[in-house]
Amino acid sequence: MGTQIEDSKIVLSLADIQKSFAGVRALRGVSFELRAGEVHALIGENGAGKSTLAKVITGDLLPDSGTVEVFGNSIAENSPIVSRQLGIAAIYQQPSLFPDLTVSENIALALETGGGLRRVYWKARNQRAKALLERIGSKLDPWRLARTLSMAEQQIVEIAKALGTDARILLMDEPTAVLTEREAEHLFGLVRRLREDGVAIVYISHRLEEILASADRITVLRDGERIACRSASDVDRPELIQLMVGRSIGSVFPKRTVPIGDVALEVPGAFSVRRGEIFGLAGLVGSGRTELARTLFGLTPSGSTIEVNGRPVRIDSPAQAIREGLGYLPEDRRLHGVVLEMTIAENVSLASLATVSRHGLIDTTAEESLAARYVSDLRIKAPSVNVPVGTLSGGNQQKVALARWLVTTPRVMILDEPTQGVDVGSKAEIHELIVQLAEQGMAILLISSELPELLGMSDRIGVMRGGTLAGILNRDEATQESIMSLAFGHSTGAA
Amino acid sequence: MMHRFSRELTLAVTILLLMLALAVFAHGYFSAENMADLFLENMPVMIVALGMTLTILTGQIDISVGSIFAVSSVVAAVAARAGFSLLTSALVACCVGALCGALNGVLVAYVRVPSIVVTLATMVALRDALRWLTQGAWIGNLPDHFQWLGTSQRSFTLATLLLLVVLIAASALGLHNLRVGRAVYATGSNAAAAHRVGIDTSRVTLAVFTLTGILTGLAAMLNATRFNQVPSNSGLGLEMKVIAAVVVGGTAITGGSGSIAGTVLGVILLGSIGTALTFLGVSAYWEKAFEGAIILGALSLNVLASYRARHRKEALLAV
Ligand SMILES: Nc1ncnc2c1ncn2[C@@H]1O[C@H](COP(=O)(O)OP(=O)(O)OP(=O)(O)O)[C@@H](O)[C@H]1O
Ligand SMILES: [Mg+2]
Repeated sequence: MGTQIEDSKIVLSLADIQKSFAGVRALRGVSFELRAGEVHALIGENGAGKSTLAKVITGDLLPDSGTVEVFGNSIAENSPIVSRQLGIAAIYQQPSLFPDLTVSENIALALETGGGLRRVYWKARNQRAKALLERIGSKLDPWRLARTLSMAEQQIVEIAKALGTDARILLMDEPTAVLTEREAEHLFGLVRRLREDGVAIVYISHRLEEILASADRITVLRDGERIACRSASDVDRPELIQLMVGRSIGSVFPKRTVPIGDVALEVPGAFSVRRGEIFGLAGLVGSGRTELARTLFGLTPSGSTIEVNGRPVRIDSPAQAIREGLGYLPEDRRLHGVVLEMTIAENVSLASLATVSRHGLIDTTAEESLAARYVSDLRIKAPSVNVPVGTLSGGNQQKVALARWLVTTPRVMILDEPTQGVDVGSKAEIHELIVQLAEQGMAILLISSELPELLGMSDRIGVMRGGTLAGILNRDEATQESIMSLAFGHSTGAA
Repeated sequence: MMHRFSRELTLAVTILLLMLALAVFAHGYFSAENMADLFLENMPVMIVALGMTLTILTGQIDISVGSIFAVSSVVAAVAARAGFSLLTSALVACCVGALCGALNGVLVAYVRVPSIVVTLATMVALRDALRWLTQGAWIGNLPDHFQWLGTSQRSFTLATLLLLVVLIAASALGLHNLRVGRAVYATGSNAAAAHRVGIDTSRVTLAVFTLTGILTGLAAMLNATRFNQVPSNSGLGLEMKVIAAVVVGGTAITGGSGSIAGTVLGVILLGSIGTALTFLGVSAYWEKAFEGAIILGALSLNVLASYRARHRKEALLAV
């Protein structure tokens, strides 16, 4: 197959692309080439420049210098309109939906071309949205407002948008970061079919297994430079990691047995989490994991009573949840996790202003040194702690969101997809941090769509299905198969 | 789907209740004379509010409409006095509005100054320039055919009513059924995403400000012909009336959601409530308090309804 790709024609080529943002050199002379019918993976650490490169290709960003050639023609002035006309479609890392508009209209706006005075055909828009969603195996209601969608559902709409244009070149920036295995599998099926049709695909991801399984070639970026471009059959995981981070990292989870203490969180009739325990939550998209977390944290008041440290409480608001010693890292960091306009330092200290205040005033030096510690612990790539979080790469924003909760040291910590979009190196570091927190006696509720992460980190795993807990598996009985069968409801499993 | 119309619904219900009270307790209110007066009084607010709805939908705001209104009416009057035909004077008024609006639009969309800053500046600058040029004098000596556009008050009222209906229908249809209309929503809902799907958000912003200017010019011209003199300080506080009506009508001040229907209802409620209370015999001392209470009531009904709906849905997910 490799030779077949070698022979097919080049559909996109970038030469010597440079791009800087206010002093940060995101791309330093990157060249890149894409052939028809290939899946070309783009990998690199957080902040390596992958998303920036993708945005240069779509014309969402203009490079400072360098040339972009599509189907052999050099593009003088690229823009999202120009690139779309050339047959380029993209799934951006940060979902770019219109929250006030319906799913159907979100899809339509990405596909319709032509003058502004044309009529809108609502019925046709709706039917097309339905058909596209069905094609990717989703039963999402086209009438729903985008603001009511979960992260995974937003991602599904993004995929529908990109597929609808019948693009010849498709860019996917971490499309599976918020999807569970099942949706991801479906997506790979689509990718394979598109490749057979001759579509060229640029695939950005931190999930190396995924990449080794489906990519033809792999380009590695490090600090805005192209380090290597290899055929996927010639490399293995350790080598890729070596190329990405310039050092080797073990893939084993740093799970250690820690003494399990008293019950810290009890949801009557469902499950309890003890001090020092990591309780994993598995389930398909829409199975209610995030809703459960939001309910526990008082974001969606339910009126039901839970027990925190042996005391029955009814949590009605996040403020109360924090007082009771709960912490919650949300799945959607842009909506609830970080304030994009505020600096790293301000974000990190946001939930624990008392620790950096003196006489009721914020001590900025203390604030900055606190943030600096987490920036180095979590390997957050940023020019300084005083830059707005909105200017960081996706994975680095995620790390800031996590840092902010680590500062507060709650007694019960709910982590919803803590390593979403985080590179392999930092992932290991975050795993290590989570284990350390457990060692300090924190009870941890870990929600993750990555089964290896859940299996590697959890003491016990609860599996959700259709809004309720379908069963709980101990560490020794939990396997990919046992979790999936509970999630799908095929067998009774251990309850 | 229901929730998307709830603001319009609560407003309509409030208006209906008010009208019902009036029908029972204040017969004089629905007299043709009073209706015509109310209509003429609020007609400029309604026209400008159509443009303001678009502006706020794109996530911007225009507080200079009162000043643009004043400049346009003075210019229209001066043109008419100089012997230009009525149609030409009206066109001149619209062009002046368009120019002022376009100036706002360019500064917001291309120079990227926040709209509140830009339009605050043009509000003050236009008003002061006008004061300086006219020395505060009113424009009198208007040709006879100027008033009521040379017809009778009755035909003028009917004609503007017709025009208003056409304008409302056109903007509602345009917003809902034309690509540009959807581009307005998209721009206000998520400008970065709009750019990514190929919408020229700067152009949308410029167009919306310009259109607001044109509508303000038109409103100013129509309003000017109601009197035989044109005051140089007209339109004072117009921006507040207009913005209040749009916001009460359910358009989110952050942009992206709202409707023309809501705005129309907002104008009707805010425009009729004051006189309605007088007719109902509410003492002048209490009028403003009553007005506020009714508006607050209408709005909180809406908030309550959406809060309930949200909770009902989420309560389904008890663990
Ligand atoms: N709008 C911006 N303003 C300032 N700096 C930016 C901006 N966008 C990106 N950067 C910087 O450019 C660099 C590359 O960012 P990019 O988003 O391309 O990284 P990435 O490889 O996609 O990382 P991740 O895996 O975390 O998504 C980072 O250092 C980032 O801070
Ligand atoms: Mg990225």
